[in-house]
Amino acid sequence: MSYLWVCMLALSLFCGLLHGSADLGRAAMDGAGKAVTLCVSLTGSLCLWSGFAAVLERSGLQAGLSRLLAPVLGRLYPTARRDEATMGALSGNVTANLLGLGSAATPLGIEAVRRMQAQSGSDAASDEMCRLVVMNTASIQLLPTTVAALRGSLGAASPFDILPAVWVTSLLSVSAGLLAADLFRRVSGGPGDGRSKREEVRGMN
Amino acid sequence: MLIPGLLLAVSALALGRRVDVYDALLTGGKRGLELVKAILPALVMLLTAVELLRASGATEALTRLLAPAAVWLGIPPETLALVLIRPLSGSAALAVGADLMAVHGPDSLIGRTAAIMLGSTETTFYTISVYFAAAGVKKTRYAIPAALIADLTGFVAASLTARYLPS
Repeated sequence: MSYLWVCMLALSLFCGLLHGSADLGRAAMDGAGKAVTLCVSLTGSLCLWSGFAAVLERSGLQAGLSRLLAPVLGRLYPTARRDEATMGALSGNVTANLLGLGSAATPLGIEAVRRMQAQSGSDAASDEMCRLVVMNTASIQLLPTTVAALRGSLGAASPFDILPAVWVTSLLSVSAGLLAADLFRRVSGGPGDGRSKREEVRGMN
Repeated sequence: MLIPGLLLAVSALALGRRVDVYDALLTGGKRGLELVKAILPALVMLLTAVELLRASGATEALTRLLAPAAVWLGIPPETLALVLIRPLSGSAALAVGADLMAVHGPDSLIGRTAAIMLGSTETTFYTISVYFAAAGVKKTRYAIPAALIADLTGFVAASLTARYLPS
């Protein structure tokens, strides 16, 4: 992050000198001010949706959805399925992501990867770990509340009307990621887990 | 109608299960406030950088440089900065996305594309490093390329859905 910061500043200064016209001091102050305005206008809807997230959690709706998803996820994670705690953390992670509970998703995901690692005992990522990470980086979210809050604060007519587009896009990107992972798995062969791989293929079919 | 309906449905269901709904809302709301507090300093620094990059003409130069590749993929060149920063930093992406929406308007094609990109992708490198570091996994094998393919698909798909999907 620090490198990124220095690079951005250096690039701005370099281009500014090249063009020579811009008042960069003014721009810096403007940017800083805008951030505060943005945060203030975001606060309302972020609080509302965090409250909503807490209701989802406490009402047991999250746990219910997680149980509902477990059989589907079991097909994607045949090795993890053998251990109930791993599977619990895994489906909890996916559910929390779906519901936009980012702060709940990360610890559950870490727990799942930890348990998978303990099972494999290797310092190389297993195929299922890669799959889990791809599912997390591709972000499948039913309610992208932060973006909707952002749109609302900037005066969008209907902040949530991007929902269908977000769903289609997420679905496409997750599918592409999982397909790519599968392709890489077949090509790479993988270090020393040939056996579990054969079982995995069987599980997938 | 969808959003208030959803709020009502979940609240009523929780009430039916004897959950103190209002207390949950307030506790969660406090978490939202903490979230804002946590991202404010990052947003200040990054929006400053975004503004500097734009005022200096760096954003424009970069956009012009990479525009042919973006056009070939069907991605609006204006969103290139967002595409480049998204996998690296969540708060920087939020800053760039907010800037795009403010400049072009949240309901413009560019603004919608930026919003869909933000909503359907994640901070790939951060996520991978957190998950694997926590589990002591050193060889990430194909996790990064696969995740980046997912991201790229997401960016292209966001450009398509923003243009062609009726809202």
